[in-house]
Amino acid sequence: MGNPNSGKSSLFNQLTGLRQKVGNFPGVTVDKKSGTAFLNETTEVVVVDLPGVYSIYPKSLDEQVVTDILANPDHPDYPDVAIVVVDASNLNRNLLLFSQIQDLGVPVIMALNMLDIARQQQVEINAVRLSMQLGVPVVKINARVGEGLDRLKKAVEQQLSEPVVADKLFFDPALAGASAGLDMKGLISDVRENYRLDNNYVALQYLIQHDGFTFLDQPQRVRLDGLIDKYGFNELDFQTKETIGRYQRIGEVAREAVTNNRPLDQPTWSQRIDRILLHPFWGYAIFLTILLLIFQAIFAWAQPFVDGIDEGVTWINNTLHERLPEGPLTDLLTDGILAGIGGVVVFIPQIAFLFFLISLLEESGYMSRVMVLMDRIMRQFGLNGRSVVPLISGVACAVPAIMATRSIGSWRERLITILVTPLMSCSARLPIYTILIALVVPEKTILGFLNMQGLVMMALYLLGLAAALVAAYVFKKLVKARDKGLFIMELPTYKWPRWNHVGITVWDSVKSFVWQAGRVIVAISIVLWVLASYGPGDDMEQAENRVRHQSANIPTEQIENRVASERLEASYAGRFGKILEPAIKPLGYDWKIGIALISSFAAREVFVGTIATIYSIGSADGEDDSTVREKLATEVNPETGGPMYTPAVAFSLLVFYVFAMMCMSTIATVYRETKGWKWPLIQLGYMSVLAYVSAFLVYQLMK
Amino acid sequence: MDQPKENTRSVADLKIGEKAVIRSFRDQWMSLKLLEMGCLPGTEVSLHCKAPLGDPICLNVSGYCLSMRKVEAATILVD
Repeated sequence: MGNPNSGKSSLFNQLTGLRQKVGNFPGVTVDKKSGTAFLNETTEVVVVDLPGVYSIYPKSLDEQVVTDILANPDHPDYPDVAIVVVDASNLNRNLLLFSQIQDLGVPVIMALNMLDIARQQQVEINAVRLSMQLGVPVVKINARVGEGLDRLKKAVEQQLSEPVVADKLFFDPALAGASAGLDMKGLISDVRENYRLDNNYVALQYLIQHDGFTFLDQPQRVRLDGLIDKYGFNELDFQTKETIGRYQRIGEVAREAVTNNRPLDQPTWSQRIDRILLHPFWGYAIFLTILLLIFQAIFAWAQPFVDGIDEGVTWINNTLHERLPEGPLTDLLTDGILAGIGGVVVFIPQIAFLFFLISLLEESGYMSRVMVLMDRIMRQFGLNGRSVVPLISGVACAVPAIMATRSIGSWRERLITILVTPLMSCSARLPIYTILIALVVPEKTILGFLNMQGLVMMALYLLGLAAALVAAYVFKKLVKARDKGLFIMELPTYKWPRWNHVGITVWDSVKSFVWQAGRVIVAISIVLWVLASYGPGDDMEQAENRVRHQSANIPTEQIENRVASERLEASYAGRFGKILEPAIKPLGYDWKIGIALISSFAAREVFVGTIATIYSIGSADGEDDSTVREKLATEVNPETGGPMYTPAVAFSLLVFYVFAMMCMSTIATVYRETKGWKWPLIQLGYMSVLAYVSAFLVYQLMK
Repeated sequence: MDQPKENTRSVADLKIGEKAVIRSFRDQWMSLKLLEMGCLPGTEVSLHCKAPLGDPICLNVSGYCLSMRKVEAATILVD
């Protein structure tokens, strides 16, 4: 554990390598990263990476976890040894948290990090003196390059076998109340007796934080309230006192252990960069340029990879068709499963690019500048500068984005952010956009380097953003709540990205996309194939005979096509689509698109896979020598005789998918985060109406 | 700085590059967070930069950069 940006994650990655897994903390849904590391040849330990905090008094939900674990020795994640990473270039502030953790009675080790940066600022720290002053082991490390890991592991071993704990509290609450005319000694010993605690500082945490402690039950909390009243204890006053008291002692410790030759006014190079990146004009210009580059990268640069995979899947499909004996099993494998899988893997390059670029922004420290740039604008819409991170990561996936809103302290700003985040076009929409845009937007280059398709893509993303802001504004008027939003935050110094971190992020996200989205898509593809291949009674045979009977004089290939499509229409899936058709006709969709709409209700990324399955079943003999895109392009509208996917239909579909909340995982996440069905249902309702109405307007206007 | 109401000058009134020493806070709840971040009475801070619309602002506090909204800065009174 440690302050944000102190190097916790670097150290964690150094210790565990790729042996890590992301889970949830029991009881709360905050991401927990844990992994294993070898202390020596025989001892393997579990390392848990806690969220970064500035003190053990949480200001937002994600910070709550740290105190919840440390004040409760029965917690499954309660550490045997706590490694506190301390940023040497900002020693005093980091020592505040360190001294609090130490006082909770956990055996601690200080991992003194970023000494090189401190040295650049002409600050020298004497680790031995620091260790003597605090009475705990101090180990110098460099988490970025992995220096000092062996020493750290030795120290952990030692703390495990014979724990060294400071003999006195850094700040003893029982000794601090005297001056204020408050009997802290009596209060603390009362709490200790009542709850059988052996530590004064833990007792203080019970007093101040019991409302947030998940491990205390209602009567226990009420009893603490009684004690607080009895002694006239004021939490805010006492916390102020504690923080000032700690900083005073930290000042004394630092005077002994630190030689500070830092010239006072010299601006660091981070500050010089800020002058440009936060400039009234250039700041926004650079931000927009970066966004534009991201979309160009996703669409134009990833395209060769996408084409390659698309052709590869088609090739495999054809080969299987040729090699395997004909029959329902082969059809299921190629038209059902493979078509579905193909719909997933094709989008790996784009998703990898997206996560790569977003993690670059986060790693470099630019993301927090974006928050500062946008806070004023976001506030107009009832959001917070911190909402920018959920909104931007919403472009990747709404689920982690909604979880990222926990850092927003104000419940109202947080709720509004949650409600509008799914309007940001997530990576699951990317496949749909890609295919439909490629179908109706010409591949032209304007101004020499801008790809026309890339521009339309960006317009769709901006449409989602605009809708999110408007919706936020409406919710701002509707949701009334009085609580203060804080925007006090540290701007980390700019850093060169750690490529192994970026790599791990990209790998994790691609893996989870393929596994989680992939499983759903394959399952639905199989169900769909069955529904589309079989129909009630002998309806399908009757349809086939009817066609053969009516059209004796046209070329066989056309007959086969007609047969296939009539059979599909008579199947179970066709029936569903037909029932739905009246409702979606005004949007320009036919029953085939209806099937895709229904099946993508659980997860929108299923749409493309479904389309692929439907059109391979619905064409002649399932022989796939064309890609999904080509199939869509040649699909004929039986009423007009022209292509089915006219620009009006394609854009109507695009707009529908920009707004529609078609994602079970998001609904589940919102339910979890807002603790009830009220908000997810409201969200589902407003987004569905928005999607239907806008798609209707687009189709009717463009028709 | 010769200002008529010197006793209510806050960090929000600083100009870019200007330095001041923190004296007290106007909002106790917010001051807790500020204290934790190292804004202690007696600490010297300087206004490092302002976001494009003049809000939020970035302060230089004991060697690092802290950003906050103007209303939050207005609760930090300076000498």
